[in-house]
Amino acid sequence: MRLRAVLVEQSLAGWGNRPVERCLVARPESVAQAQALLAAESPSTFIPRGLGRAYGDAALNRGGGVLDQTRMRHFLAFDEAAGIVECEAGVSLAEIVEHLLPRGWFLPVTPGTRFVTLGGAIAADVHGKNHHVDGSLGSFVVDFRLLTADGELITCSRQENTDAFRATLGGMGLTGAVVSARLRLVPTESAYVLVDYRRTRDLDATLECFAQTDRQYRYSVAWIDCLAGGKSLGRSVVMLGNDAPAAALPDPLRRRPLALPRHGAVGVPCMLPAWLLNPLSVKAFNALYYARHGDSRRLVDYASFFWPLDGVRHWNRIYGRRGFVQYQALLPRETSRSGLVELLAEVVRCRRASFLAVLKSSGAAGEGLLSYLYPGHTLALDLPYTGDDLRPVLRRLDAILLRHGGRLYLAKDAMTTAPAFAAMYPTLDEFRHIKERLDPECRFASSQARRLGIVAAE
Amino acid sequence: MNENVIVLGATGGIAQALCRVLAGRGCRLLLAGRDAAALDTLAADLRVRYGGDHPVEVFDALDFDQHAAFWQRCVERLQGRIETVILCYGSLAAQQVTQTDLGELRRLIDVNFTSAASLLTLAAATLEQRRGGCLAAISSVAGDRGRQSNYSYGAAKAGLTAFLQGLRNRLHPAGVAVVTVKPGFVDTPMTAGLVDPRGPLVAAPERVARDIDRAIRRRRAVVYTPWFWRPIMLVIRALPEGIFKRLRL
Repeated sequence: MRLRAVLVEQSLAGWGNRPVERCLVARPESVAQAQALLAAESPSTFIPRGLGRAYGDAALNRGGGVLDQTRMRHFLAFDEAAGIVECEAGVSLAEIVEHLLPRGWFLPVTPGTRFVTLGGAIAADVHGKNHHVDGSLGSFVVDFRLLTADGELITCSRQENTDAFRATLGGMGLTGAVVSARLRLVPTESAYVLVDYRRTRDLDATLECFAQTDRQYRYSVAWIDCLAGGKSLGRSVVMLGNDAPAAALPDPLRRRPLALPRHGAVGVPCMLPAWLLNPLSVKAFNALYYARHGDSRRLVDYASFFWPLDGVRHWNRIYGRRGFVQYQALLPRETSRSGLVELLAEVVRCRRASFLAVLKSSGAAGEGLLSYLYPGHTLALDLPYTGDDLRPVLRRLDAILLRHGGRLYLAKDAMTTAPAFAAMYPTLDEFRHIKERLDPECRFASSQARRLGIVAAE
Repeated sequence: MNENVIVLGATGGIAQALCRVLAGRGCRLLLAGRDAAALDTLAADLRVRYGGDHPVEVFDALDFDQHAAFWQRCVERLQGRIETVILCYGSLAAQQVTQTDLGELRRLIDVNFTSAASLLTLAAATLEQRRGGCLAAISSVAGDRGRQSNYSYGAAKAGLTAFLQGLRNRLHPAGVAVVTVKPGFVDTPMTAGLVDPRGPLVAAPERVARDIDRAIRRRRAVVYTPWFWRPIMLVIRALPEGIFKRLRL
């Protein structure tokens, strides 16, 4: 094995294909190689990167180093009695599911795609459809080993190096590189969810539906038709689910309750023309989707339920070369209704077609200093990048969010400003303080961190 | 009964992907390589993913004097029951470097050819004696014709390809299959900085590993991976030298 991984200059983007920046990418195979990269003076900064599913510039470092950890993807141990798996940070959630679901263990929390690395999932303290019950992924992280700027490896947990633990969870890779972690899995009988679909006529009905069902269902999420305005503003299809016991499966499935059905994955082969997604086509899709999902109960496999878009490889290409921005807004429970009304009304008013709009109720705040969710409601919108005219739209959305005491998700954010970010995350000073102690020379930095003033701009 | 497989150079990019495929179909692997820590990590990875215990042996391909003793340890480790041996290690250096640095040139040839010939000779004797099994090695499309951009590496791989041809011929009566694997560009640590991983002809190591596994199961003689390198190399080999010497390849 080489002593030092090779640095290659290449154009890199997040999942939103926007922005695209030149970075020096190294793919170390071992901790020793990663240490050798940090020991060199150049590049002066690095940001860890996994499978590149953060939407904006969180895993970009313009002109600087990117520590691509996808070649550090070994499972290290699995304690079958306790359900605790230890892996290198580059192992993807997909791999954990592939190997451990057949043995009756599942992810305690999963985001909308399984093609993220464990390291990335910790860095963003990701959440899933069960946040209102189980919180974010961080609650299930037993401990992790952090490679800090001085090349040291420290173990971080709730007992040891607690400050580094809290700053790294949700800390977007700015405290160092997580090289391995232990994650507590949850036992499961089947790979299926029993889903109840409820169609709601407006936002109030949607929020009411969440409030009434949050305690009965482990999983909940609403797909919002965000082109419906006026009286139908916020009309949704709410999906409410619980894990299906093996006994509830029909006969052919009951014989292999933990097997995921094999879907042939389709892919988007190239960037599609940007005009394909326009208000008209999205409106047609939304009307169809709303009409198709009447009130009903269905048995849905984990893959279709948790990761519906993973079946379409490179789905982000449907937005074309210009890319898109995912705007994910969290509003505290007290103000969420009026905040959501204003956000949705603004989107409808400026006719920004959002193909995907998802609303979810959130539970207790995560342990990370920059963890995203706290009790309230979170709305995610996909907005095609149309050029500089998108910027004022996002500023207006930010203003609405700030007025209601809300915040954005760093894993999605690509365009917000430093003052807005500081107002959204009052724990920023504490985070900066711990980062300075762990990384006094600021060796870990990303384009996002500079844009948001988390680290000094160059 | 599980198939016992010795993987020489198990921690390489293609090799690790291949180990996962093989362990996934129930093979018991003997993981051999230079870096003990990396071998242990790979063994742990395979154990968690697929179960099974995969022993580890450390060796240095360039320590020729130790080859026989190393091979003896491998044979004993598996109680003499060896079905398949796969030689996966290799080394790549920029052509420019090997044109000026004779030490690098020799090292490149020793790693890719001389040491491989030595270890394959030991493995061939074991399998010939057992009268069965499969011997595979990763050569390269670069060995199909010497090109100005890559002929030092290509020459070593051409030597390996010819050596494997001879072994195949010799071992056929003993019922031992010899598989020559010829990958094109593969996105591995070996090619980092020399091959653009996002280029259209560049394959993922997982893809190449699946092809190698299939070739071993079907006891194919020569496999190009991905498949399209076969027609490409057919054309490149067919060009008359008078034309070829004028090309920038």
